[in-house]
Amino acid sequence: MRVEVDVPKCVASGQCVMIAPDVFDQREEDGIVVLLDEKPPAALHADVRESAVVCPAAAIRVVEE
Amino acid sequence: MVVGASAAGLAAAETLRREGYEGTITLIGEEPHHPYDRPPLSKQILGGQWEADRVALRAPADLDALGLELRLGTAATGLDLAGRTVGLADGARVPYDGLVIATGVRPRRLPGDGGERAHVLRTLDDALALRDRLGPGRRLVVVGAGFLGAEAAAVARGLGMEVTLLEPAPVPLAPAVGEPVGRMLAEVHHDHGVALRTGVTVTEVADGGVRLADGTLVEADEVLVSIGSVPNTDWLEGSGLTVGDGLECDEYSAAAPGVYGAGDVARWHNPLFGTAMRIEHRTNATEQGMAVARNLLRPDERRPFAPVPYFWSDQYDLRIQAHGRLRGHEEIAVVEGALEERKFLAAYRCGDRVAGVLAVGMPPRTVRTWRQAVATRAAWRDAVGELVPEGA
Ligand SMILES: Cc1cc2nc3c(=O)[nH]c(=O)nc-3n(C[C@H](O)[C@H](O)[C@H](O)COP(=O)(O)OP(=O)(O)OC[C@H]3O[C@@H](n4cnc5c(N)ncnc54)[C@H](O)[C@@H]3O)c2cc1C
Ligand code: SF4
Repeated sequence: MRVEVDVPKCVASGQCVMIAPDVFDQREEDGIVVLLDEKPPAALHADVRESAVVCPAAAIRVVEE
Repeated sequence: MVVGASAAGLAAAETLRREGYEGTITLIGEEPHHPYDRPPLSKQILGGQWEADRVALRAPADLDALGLELRLGTAATGLDLAGRTVGLADGARVPYDGLVIATGVRPRRLPGDGGERAHVLRTLDDALALRDRLGPGRRLVVVGAGFLGAEAAAVARGLGMEVTLLEPAPVPLAPAVGEPVGRMLAEVHHDHGVALRTGVTVTEVADGGVRLADGTLVEADEVLVSIGSVPNTDWLEGSGLTVGDGLECDEYSAAAPGVYGAGDVARWHNPLFGTAMRIEHRTNATEQGMAVARNLLRPDERRPFAPVPYFWSDQYDLRIQAHGRLRGHEEIAVVEGALEERKFLAAYRCGDRVAGVLAVGMPPRTVRTWRQAVATRAAWRDAVGELVPEGA
């Protein structure tokens, strides 16, 4: 699995960080998403997919490889 | 089958597929477009920063991969609950085993708003039509200073328009965010040169502008009517489902056995707050779409839908974020930062608990901590203590 974030789309909601804190974080100054792990381990895949669906800006894309 | 091909409907369809449903998923949508996102319409699309293709909710390949039976450009016109079929505008009757109703809302209108210069803002087509008419020196009158109207006013000012914002209430957004925050937002618009007029009622869109209740005309080149919305439940009339302010659902978001409601159209009982609510926010649409898909897939393990609602709004350089329930609050306390600095976090009390929080310009960690207080039903006494209530 590879994770892509479209940073200009992010609205700083923090949903992804609440679901998958090991993969996503938020910038301190404006809350915009920071991708911590572009290729997360299998144990986190379900949470990452959940984040991609939940993201209210459709800013997270999961590429299954 | 999912009726309504937007945020809530797509989330339901996607979740059904992702969680193992291999049967046919029909997604019916009245608009001809592939599912797209609405919040950018009053922000980046109106402001001209983004072109229309940026708002697609999913890349075409990802949408294809879901293997949906997409029927776009076709409205559902009727529901036969006993026969388990949905009737479409093109005359087809489509059978279903399970049904998700996610038909959203449409703008409320004003008399006379059919003309060239009058606009509403709900769809991509609305946004593109309005964008074409915005420009420096032109006069825009926005009727209704809710979040939608306020965002559009901010964008239009940024484009160098003369903007008048008309609002019947004395303080804009007071029921939604409370008076102190509403007053602060009013000041922000004032500082940016918007002529905000409160306590005025518009009766119609007239030749050359809008007519007020006292008969005067407020002149405008373009008029945006943003006075709230009406749930799209007309097609359910006579179906036997209960429709009031939206489609009535229980705590599982079910409207009838095997029939669920999600998104802006659905009013359901949220057990976290012990009350019925209908929420017109983007995140709720997705979360409710996902929740109903799961309840539909696993009827024996249904879970109540008990979210902490969330919304954001961008006005000028401010981003407002709120978690929980602000409406019906009894007290507001600024617990971090200060309103005057336009960097603060306010807590909203309902009974003896923290029902909601609203933040502007706060670090994300602080906001998440306070959201947690709402999610865990923290007692006001413990979380907020004895701060003097702001604006009480
Ligand atoms: C301009 C704008 C800005 C916004 N900004 C924000 C924001 O900043 N933050 C935030 O939290 N929320 C925002 N929102 C709200 C958010 O976009 C909505 O909550 C969200 O779109 C709701 O999704 P939904 O799927 O429930 O309904 P909708 O998006 O309304 O979709 C319903 C779909 O169903 C279709 N439909 C209706 N009737 C039928 C029928 N009979 N048959 C078939 N299809 C039908 C409609 O055409 C529509 O495509 C904004 C909304 C708008 C319009
Ligand atoms: S969920 Fe989406 S919008 Fe929210 S912080 Fe993460 S990437 Fe940004």
